[in-house]
Amino acid sequence: MSMSAAKPAGKAKKSPIKISAADRIYYVVINVLLGAFFVIVLAPLINIVASSFSSADAVLKGKVMLWPVDFNLEGYKAVFDYRGIWRSYANTIYYTVLGTFINLFMTMIAAYPLARRDLPLKKPIVMLFMFTMLFSGGMIPNYLLIRNLHWINSIWAIVIPGAISVYNMIIARTFIQNIPSDIEEAARIDGCSDAYYFWRMVLPLSKTVIAVLALYYAVGHWNDYFTPWLYMNKPEKYPLQIILRTILIMNTFDAESMMEDDLIANKALQDLLKYSLIIVSSAPILVVYPFAKKFFLKGVMIGALKG
Amino acid sequence: MFPRGFTKRRQRKAGTGPWEVFTIRQRELGASRKSYWRRICENWQMYLFLLLPIIWLLLFKYEPMYGAQIAFRKFKLAKGITGSEWVGLDNFRKFFTSVYFGRTVGNTLYLSIYSLVVGFPLPILFALLLNSVRSKAWRGWIENVTYMPHFISTVVLVGMLKRVFDVNTGLISNFYSLLGGGRLPFDMFIGDGNFRTLYIWSGVWQGTGWGSIIYMAALSAVDPQLHEAATVDGATRWQRLIHIDLPAIVPTITITLILRFGSIMGIGFDKAFLMQNDTNLAASEVISTYVYKVGLTATNNMNYSYSTAIGLFNSVVNLIMISLVNFISNRINGSGLW
Repeated sequence: MSMSAAKPAGKAKKSPIKISAADRIYYVVINVLLGAFFVIVLAPLINIVASSFSSADAVLKGKVMLWPVDFNLEGYKAVFDYRGIWRSYANTIYYTVLGTFINLFMTMIAAYPLARRDLPLKKPIVMLFMFTMLFSGGMIPNYLLIRNLHWINSIWAIVIPGAISVYNMIIARTFIQNIPSDIEEAARIDGCSDAYYFWRMVLPLSKTVIAVLALYYAVGHWNDYFTPWLYMNKPEKYPLQIILRTILIMNTFDAESMMEDDLIANKALQDLLKYSLIIVSSAPILVVYPFAKKFFLKGVMIGALKG
Repeated sequence: MFPRGFTKRRQRKAGTGPWEVFTIRQRELGASRKSYWRRICENWQMYLFLLLPIIWLLLFKYEPMYGAQIAFRKFKLAKGITGSEWVGLDNFRKFFTSVYFGRTVGNTLYLSIYSLVVGFPLPILFALLLNSVRSKAWRGWIENVTYMPHFISTVVLVGMLKRVFDVNTGLISNFYSLLGGGRLPFDMFIGDGNFRTLYIWSGVWQGTGWGSIIYMAALSAVDPQLHEAATVDGATRWQRLIHIDLPAIVPTITITLILRFGSIMGIGFDKAFLMQNDTNLAASEVISTYVYKVGLTATNNMNYSYSTAIGLFNSVVNLIMISLVNFISNRINGSGLW
């Protein structure tokens, strides 16, 4: 009773303050500006989706704006029939899953000791990590290292050199530092070893930050173009992003990996395929995005704390 | 209370004052006065945790820094890094006197200053405006839509640009012809005239929403009572934005600005490379793409040493820039990055 009475009262407190004419103009102006930006961001996205569900003919004639014209799945069918795409899709999933696991493992085992308040030598070790954010050896020395390790065309070249992102490690460290120290003291009095404490207390309590990092790392692997471009030169090892480049940007179609012969000759279908391919390749991220948004935001917040 | 020179350690030994209680507590926790080495030994498990990350760090971050010395050598694969002939600054001299020096450094600076001028203030403005939107639902929609492009890969982004600006089938062209203008009379990807516009404004399209989050976080920390008090005093929303919201995010703006200045020579490889074609090289050849071309494409004979020298020059400039900006910020603001 009292609760329900309190709520309208709280609102009523604000409403007597009248919105002035100046404020009314302000709100109209900002909503128009934000609305314009909203449309600018959204329109291309919708256009891509709409085109992907249209017929090749409608796309070719430039009829598609924000709604599918001659609703059609031939674009998706062409994507499904293109074998090169699926092989690279499988590669990307493989690289992403293995890479993210290695990322999480390495990041957490580095973050935990560095989150300890009283660890001797902590400062120089942290500096050793931080310096790599400011300076790096460069493209060629890295390439020569991978070459000397005989990792060209090996998955290790993709998942190991970037195993720890120092920025993400600092996010994890900040998070672990905020675990109440009473828990650790209690565990220590009970004679709990560091490793056991890490496994049974730190990891379960860090679920949030692990989810945040998993998402960051996974998106990074999924979208990575540079690393495989440098270290992979066999088509059967290519991840999705490299195939995407040949089709979307270079406009090149590989005759061998197509089942439908007419794709080579059919310029309209080629264009349509590009739209559908954009959707298919971004689908995992777009599907996860609504659920994962709060974790992504959390990562920015923890990162911002450290400034 | 204690004579001069009577250190805290000796105060503790003396067993007087609050220290007495403190030491007892410390002893209970098993963390009493111990030598440095003793503490290192006790934490052996921690160092075991760090073993793998540090090996990784040395091998994949510091080994390439060591390997970067080939910039000062005439590197031959067969002879190895230290076996190759030392040539001093020859590779650097060659770069500084080549025509590509002005072109790549110029393009890099042009792009990053352009993106600083356009891409830096927009997320701030966007955050300030979005923060004053009153409808929660509308605000949620704007957030959801404008954050999304951040997750699109660079390849797909450039692919989308190609689609949207396609002369015959793209959205812009379709819209243009709907207005009665016929097909779009120019191709954005041909020639170097539009490269920068496309590069920067697609970055704005992709990054403004996401870039605003850090400011939104700072804005959400503003005490609503400030706004209420100001409203009672007759301040308009615009005045509150200028006098309450803006000062609240100035520290965040300072930090992000430092970072931006620090990476002023750091135009990444991916986007420039992916947007590059033979017709726009005059505008699109930046240092990172040139390093790649010189070092790793067969047409340039894979000149490892020369390419490393160019990359090293870039890294050193970046390091100097960020140190300088940090130093200045420490002096003026009292708050830098380190």
